[in-house]
Amino acid sequence: MAEPAASAMRSAPDAEPMLAVRGLNAFYGESHVLHGMEFDVSRGEVITLLGRNGAGKTTTLRAIIGQLRNRRGSIRFGGVETIGLPARRIARLGIGYVPEERGIFASLSVLENLHLPPAVGPSAMSDDEIFELFPNLRERLDSQGTKLSGGEQQMLAIARILRAGSRFLLLDEPTEGLAPVIIEQISRTIRILKERGYTIVLVEQNFRFASSVADRHYVVEQGRVVDMVDAGVLEQNLGKLQKYLGI
Amino acid sequence: MLTDLIGIPIQALAGQLLLGLINGSFYAMLSLGLAIIFGLLHIINFTHGAQYTMGAFAAWIGMTYFGVNYWWALILVPLVVGLIGVAIERLMLVRIRDIAPLYGLLLTFGLALVIQGLFRHYFGASGLRYPIPPLLSSGSNLGFMFLPHYRAWVLVASIVVCLATWLVIERTRIGATLRAAQENPGLVEAFGIHVPRLITITYGTGVALAAFAGVLAAPIYSVQPQMGADLLIVVFAVVVIGGMGSILGSILTGLGLGLIEGLTKVFYPEASSVIIFVIMILVLMVKPEGLFGRAH
Repeated sequence: MAEPAASAMRSAPDAEPMLAVRGLNAFYGESHVLHGMEFDVSRGEVITLLGRNGAGKTTTLRAIIGQLRNRRGSIRFGGVETIGLPARRIARLGIGYVPEERGIFASLSVLENLHLPPAVGPSAMSDDEIFELFPNLRERLDSQGTKLSGGEQQMLAIARILRAGSRFLLLDEPTEGLAPVIIEQISRTIRILKERGYTIVLVEQNFRFASSVADRHYVVEQGRVVDMVDAGVLEQNLGKLQKYLGI
Repeated sequence: MLTDLIGIPIQALAGQLLLGLINGSFYAMLSLGLAIIFGLLHIINFTHGAQYTMGAFAAWIGMTYFGVNYWWALILVPLVVGLIGVAIERLMLVRIRDIAPLYGLLLTFGLALVIQGLFRHYFGASGLRYPIPPLLSSGSNLGFMFLPHYRAWVLVASIVVCLATWLVIERTRIGATLRAAQENPGLVEAFGIHVPRLITITYGTGVALAAFAGVLAAPIYSVQPQMGADLLIVVFAVVVIGGMGSILGSILTGLGLGLIEGLTKVFYPEASSVIIFVIMILVLMVKPEGLFGRAH
């Protein structure tokens, strides 16, 4: 990729981005999955990583949180280089992670799932605030975590990292396999969080959903960022994006 | 008055049932520790028997050389042996965490042989006598049987310890963290929890349970290097029957099989040493994941 294009994707030099990914390479065993990912996320932004299956979006999130250990390059979060840190230290910097498939624990009740992550930031939500945001959960606290519906599991997965106090969220396909009415509810939740100043990195296949919540979209192909589209100029770029995503 | 049951004196029956329950409580304590360790480390801890032996020897050494009485031994020995377990985990098991489970089996089995060999070298194979604590040295006549107080104590203490362990795992926050880490350690780590430390604590606790059982056993079984290895073979059968998945399952299976073994001694003594293995074969044929286990 040409250098000028890459630097144009970065934010203005005076504002230190909350997350700055530079030259990120990542590997699953022998296979080289990320080839120099570069992108920035500023405080209070919602950005998406768009791209086809296997482009490296999920891998990028796993590399940021440290679940994927075999990674090189630079990931600076809040001014701290995290590339050499174990996942637990990265999480403690205030990053909340909702994995693909949501990661709800079957052997834990809903309440235990909710209370599992330790506090990682000063702005932890109380249980009452959580139930205001996700009223369904209050009724189901004693249920087995995986007995919840897919939508409720997604809410629980988001709720537990909010309760831990993360202000920076990595959400991996939060709408996957959910009914439109539930997707609408999640979209509303993300907009509320954005109003409250949360920073969110969203991996999505669902372009309609992504475009309803995000400020900027990074297009990922074969393990690198190939384009960036601002929400403001989305309409003009629809054709280009559809070609990238093959829709 | 009914004094016998189909030709078996009540006295003998009750005595054997008590013995069976006592054996069962040792099965329960040891299989509980094995299940906890296996759940998080995915290692079948073949050192478990040797760690039980270590508990019994540590109690004997404490009393003989340092004047540590039985009650202090019950508290101190699990701590000391548990710490040795922590050292084993930190120095050795941690190095084989990411390779084939077979290595864990080989390593723990080898360690068991080394520990047994050391005890045989320094203390001989004939067995040492550990006295029953004076407070519990008498017994009560219950009418239908004579109940030695120490045996009653063993039964109560082991059931309390098993249930306490179960409560901690099922009802507390640290227990919930442990269960979550058994399911998906990577994600638990990504929430900011120190999983390697959790693994170390878990192994240490499992080992401490074995050592506690060893101290309880010292006054009733002969303290000798082979005591743990003999018991562990039966405990493995108990674990297979109960299934690795469930804590409560380990406890119930341990006690239940002890009882069945005791009954067999009364009704068909010839089979008493194989009955548990026969049950194991039957369970494997009908429900291979074990009575309380989850299919994988």
